[in-house]
Amino acid sequence: MRHDHLISARQLSRADVEAVLDRAAEFDAGERVDRTGDLLGLCFFEPSTRTKMSFDTAMKRLGGDTVDMGPVDSSSVKKGESLADTVRVVEGYADAIVLRHPSEGAATLASEFVDVPVINAGDGAGQHPTQTLLDLYTIRENAGLDDITVGIMGDLKYGRTVHSLAEALTEFDAGQHFISPESLRLPRNVRYDLHESGADVREHTGLETVLPELDVLYVTRIQRERFADENEYRQVAGEYRIDAGTLEAARDDLTVMHPLPRVDEIAADVDETDHAHYFDQAHNGVPVRMALLDRMLDRGDRR
Amino acid sequence: MTDPDEELRVSKIRSGTVIDHIAAGQALNVLAILDIDGSGGEEVSVGMNVPSDRLGRKDVLKVEGRELSQAEVDVLSLIAPAATINIVREFDVVEKARVERPTVVRGILSCPNANCISTAGEPVESRFEVLEEAVRCGYCDELIREDLADHIAAD
Ligand SMILES: Nc1ncnc2c1ncn2[C@@H]1O[C@H](COP(=O)(O)OP(=O)(O)O)[C@@H](O)[C@H]1O
Ligand SMILES: [Zn+2]
Repeated sequence: MRHDHLISARQLSRADVEAVLDRAAEFDAGERVDRTGDLLGLCFFEPSTRTKMSFDTAMKRLGGDTVDMGPVDSSSVKKGESLADTVRVVEGYADAIVLRHPSEGAATLASEFVDVPVINAGDGAGQHPTQTLLDLYTIRENAGLDDITVGIMGDLKYGRTVHSLAEALTEFDAGQHFISPESLRLPRNVRYDLHESGADVREHTGLETVLPELDVLYVTRIQRERFADENEYRQVAGEYRIDAGTLEAARDDLTVMHPLPRVDEIAADVDETDHAHYFDQAHNGVPVRMALLDRMLDRGDRR
Repeated sequence: MTDPDEELRVSKIRSGTVIDHIAAGQALNVLAILDIDGSGGEEVSVGMNVPSDRLGRKDVLKVEGRELSQAEVDVLSLIAPAATINIVREFDVVEKARVERPTVVRGILSCPNANCISTAGEPVESRFEVLEEAVRCGYCDELIREDLADHIAAD
């Protein structure tokens, strides 16, 4: 990687991604390392279950340990401490920092104040690059990363996992279709990056026309808060829901993914089909984060 | 050429800065960049929509006793790319420079994304990368394409 921090999927080259995924496969196959004494700081300014547990597990499986800032309401942040101050304090305790924060740009800011590696675990509606690495791992295992067609559906505007995945896929030979209501289409800055990378951005308001071409369908949740009223939400969200019936029009080997948590955008009857890969996807978070942490902590050691 | 006497009719300053060839209509925005609203007591003359050979019409600003910081010049270059900055000492122009489009501007502009960390009271200046047709927040990636002047931070 060109940087000591992992802030955005944009900084990941194809070679970076492949190196992390290859190493993750080794960890998946039982590879062990001993990072006794290495400490990872977990700074989650927003509730998280999966991402936080997955980092915690990954670090401990590497033989290291974690220190946790704890929930925001019981910390000094509640007393009005700036993020810049918080991370400078945590820097003194930990060899790397994982940051989840509700504001866009938080990880960039944190990285400007500390010398240990900062890993962005979600900054508002910005980026979530470690989720992308595990998404790519899952895609590679099921569909490969060459000559694939990926559909990304749901809340493309606020979905940080979507922004990171779309930008990372431009490094691969992947056609991308974006399916969302007009009001939740990809933000302008992400479309700009995709155009700059030469990606062919195809946006749709419905799944039907593209579904048969897809190798991968990445579904995200449309949240109630994005709509002024309940009725509009119900009506719009209902159009971006899939069930086993919907998938009859898909290729037999379509891989359906979701960053989880899902509510009802993927009906439970899909779980029983061969298309369902979202639980494997979630499990892949551990080996992928092991690979990433192992690599980034090595850089820290050289300093 | 514009008749120099015609222009000088506005005022002459002893020492300070004359910003010339500002795109017509942008003078007040340039004043906002310089954070000049009259309350500081600076002596300022503003020429708006004055004839110009190069621009057809242009705005001109003359500010007594004030030179520009690099950050101010950088943002100025984005809204008035043809501007010329003249440093005046003892009534004479002692230095003249065209503005250059920088690769990054710091401070002065404020990110329009209300959820951007740079607007959340952290100890940082705003930072925007300058692209061909827009600027982009160095924190949240938000793009500003039009009406850059609307994003000049009010102190
Ligand atoms: N602020 C948000 N706006 C839109 N979607 C969000 C937001 N926060 C979380 N999500 C969605 O929730 C899912 C999981 O989010 P994630 O950030 O990975 O949380 P966690 O790691 O705690 O499970 C994703 O679909 C993501 O798009
Ligand atoms: Zn911003």
